[in-house]
Amino acid sequence: MATAHFHAPRWRCCDASACRMAGSAPLWRALRRARRAAGLSAVQLPIKRVGCLRLCSEGPLLALDGGAVSADPAAGRATRLYGRLTPELAADLLMEALAGAVPALEPHRLDPHLPFFALQRSVVLEHCGVLDPGAIDDALAHGAYAQLRHCRRRLSPAAVRAIVRLSGLRGRGGAGFPTGLKWDTVAQQPPGPRLLVCNADEGDPGAFMNRSVLEGDPHRLVEGMAIAAYAVGAERGYIYVRAEYPLAIRRLRVALAQARRRGLLGDGQASDPMALRLELRVGAGAYVCGEETALLRSIEGRRGVPHPRPPYPAEVGLGGAPTLINNVETFAAVPSILRHGAAWYGAIGSPASPGTKVFALSGALRHTGLVEVPLGTPLRQVVETMGGGGSEGWPIKAVQTGGPSGGCVPASQLDVPLDDDHLRSLGARIGSGGLVVIGPTTSMPALARQFMRFSRQESCGQCLPCRAGTVQLEQLLDRFVGGVASRADVERFEALAAMVQRTSLCGLGQAAPTPALSSLRWFRQEYLDACMATETPWS
Amino acid sequence: MELIQLWLNDQAVTVSVGTSLLAACRAAGLTLPTLCHLDGLTPVGACRLCLVEIAGCSRLQPACTTAAADGQRVHTHTQELLDLRRMAVELFFAEGNHICAICVANGNCELQSMAVLVGMDHSRFPAQAPQRDVDASHPRFTLDHHRCILCTRCVRVCDQIEGAHVWDVAYRGEHCKVIAGLDQPWGAVAACTDCGKCVDACPTGALFRKEEGLTGKQPDPAGPARLRLARDQGRWWIP
Repeated sequence: MATAHFHAPRWRCCDASACRMAGSAPLWRALRRARRAAGLSAVQLPIKRVGCLRLCSEGPLLALDGGAVSADPAAGRATRLYGRLTPELAADLLMEALAGAVPALEPHRLDPHLPFFALQRSVVLEHCGVLDPGAIDDALAHGAYAQLRHCRRRLSPAAVRAIVRLSGLRGRGGAGFPTGLKWDTVAQQPPGPRLLVCNADEGDPGAFMNRSVLEGDPHRLVEGMAIAAYAVGAERGYIYVRAEYPLAIRRLRVALAQARRRGLLGDGQASDPMALRLELRVGAGAYVCGEETALLRSIEGRRGVPHPRPPYPAEVGLGGAPTLINNVETFAAVPSILRHGAAWYGAIGSPASPGTKVFALSGALRHTGLVEVPLGTPLRQVVETMGGGGSEGWPIKAVQTGGPSGGCVPASQLDVPLDDDHLRSLGARIGSGGLVVIGPTTSMPALARQFMRFSRQESCGQCLPCRAGTVQLEQLLDRFVGGVASRADVERFEALAAMVQRTSLCGLGQAAPTPALSSLRWFRQEYLDACMATETPWS
Repeated sequence: MELIQLWLNDQAVTVSVGTSLLAACRAAGLTLPTLCHLDGLTPVGACRLCLVEIAGCSRLQPACTTAAADGQRVHTHTQELLDLRRMAVELFFAEGNHICAICVANGNCELQSMAVLVGMDHSRFPAQAPQRDVDASHPRFTLDHHRCILCTRCVRVCDQIEGAHVWDVAYRGEHCKVIAGLDQPWGAVAACTDCGKCVDACPTGALFRKEEGLTGKQPDPAGPARLRLARDQGRWWIP
């Protein structure tokens, strides 16, 4: 005789920025009202607010764990997913959780086995969408801070660094510098104080990977930073978040306060010499402050402009002290690496680029949202299989990777493995992980001008090539968009773009012409079609 | 004093540890163009004119902010560098309003000399002709933003030598501008000591003494280095 299995239902309500904008807050309130009206308590039917549930285009999203009566224990525990919900559906949703299969919800049901979900490999986002980002107990129940305790008790700082080095983890902010090497560099500086900084100034248009980690699992970042601080011998650290992420800032403040109360972080009283004193710094809206040297100046309270490297911050950073700067995603990968080992992490992805990477999928695509996949996954699999191809059945023209410092990958090259080496060979970059899909109606010169305008507006103005060069480059692109260019303008553009790349002071200026050059490489005909017949030579 | 040896354009040069590449080049008799650099002030590497090629380094490095290192092989005047410098000077001329014929600094302007040095006879880039302000609120000096190339020498000399920190840079990108006080009229800034060091440090005609409107500008760019030497060595007589 088959036994009927039943698992008490639990709701997880996506409370990340994208779903909030789609109306997740009224939905959550309506659900709670419906629960009250049904005479149920929060214990009988928990409704948890969680971080990003990934498929942002179908928001607001709601996940229902358990609740089904089934002979198969796995099916009884299975998760059901719903999208595009409205508060009016709350009563139906409540019925669904208690009795199952309400017909009115049929159009809102999402298949959790969609390739979009099934092909993800969650490491950094392991608990994003699972735990309540505002509750440290929930995070602790999911294993948060266990690796920090393990490190402090059982591992020497050098041993922690060795694990990170052997894992092959590379910086996830765009430059891809080997993380273990950076940690070693900071640790091996002459004796004296060391500092730790998390770069959470995610400014690329079309990038929301870091935001999702901060909003969905802030304790993972805090733990990663505390482990890094132990490994390099830092006593103080900062998280530099952009002001445009108010929800992430709120969650981080809560997480930091909770971690301090539990003694996991220092409270400023220096009671535990091992405990990291971690503070939040909020940016003031400058894209350039995502550049590490400008970021450090901004933390110091000065004008956020880059300065030449070397010396690198790992040698001379905040207030002259060796400073470790890593991206949110880099720090957030550390607890998992320590839990499962360097070999485990190194086996994910490709040998040259191990591990997973979070990508933010947006643009002319059917399914947009957040995906975490092993590095080296073919771009086609991400945008066509997982993303479901172009929106409304349109073909994909190109994929813009890496925002205003990246480039485009044309449809003919979609089989490229998603890692920095392969993308660079195509003139694009993985950047911080934004993937913007471009549909067939988008003009490439217009897109290139859009990115050039962004770089022009966000240039700090300190060095000449970026300050004056981006102005001239945008004006040249204006001529292509307006159809009044000449063939000499192509030559003019390429010469100036090369100069700006070669001579700008910081990575932002050096990368400013990349989107335009890459679109010129793959869609040159569009530029030539925008040229008038008359020729004026460049001299 | 510890000495190091490096090669500048295949010529062996010996300098003391801590010397900048720029100083090493000058010691070797090489003319490396600079606009934002001024002896006596901390270098910023912003004008990008002193970029040099260092063997084993994929990026060009500014000689002013890079320390000379033992065994370093540096090239300072490759064709690529010459082309890049000329283009940079063209961009300088195109971004502001640099009309030598009506400028107080005509004949005494580092930007003008730079054009001659890099062989620029015209700019291939369309002049932006920006609409900027002239601040004549100070009783003795005038700041004409049209001629400013944002080298920040005035900012640094006021902060590092005079200690008044009247100047700063505000806004960003092409809208960057040197500001007095909290973006006030210069004459309203009480912190200004009227010393005129900024005027002497200015490479162009952006900062000038009012009487120089008639006589032409006679800047004194060696001032900061002289003062720094005097202070560092406690020698107040200048030979």
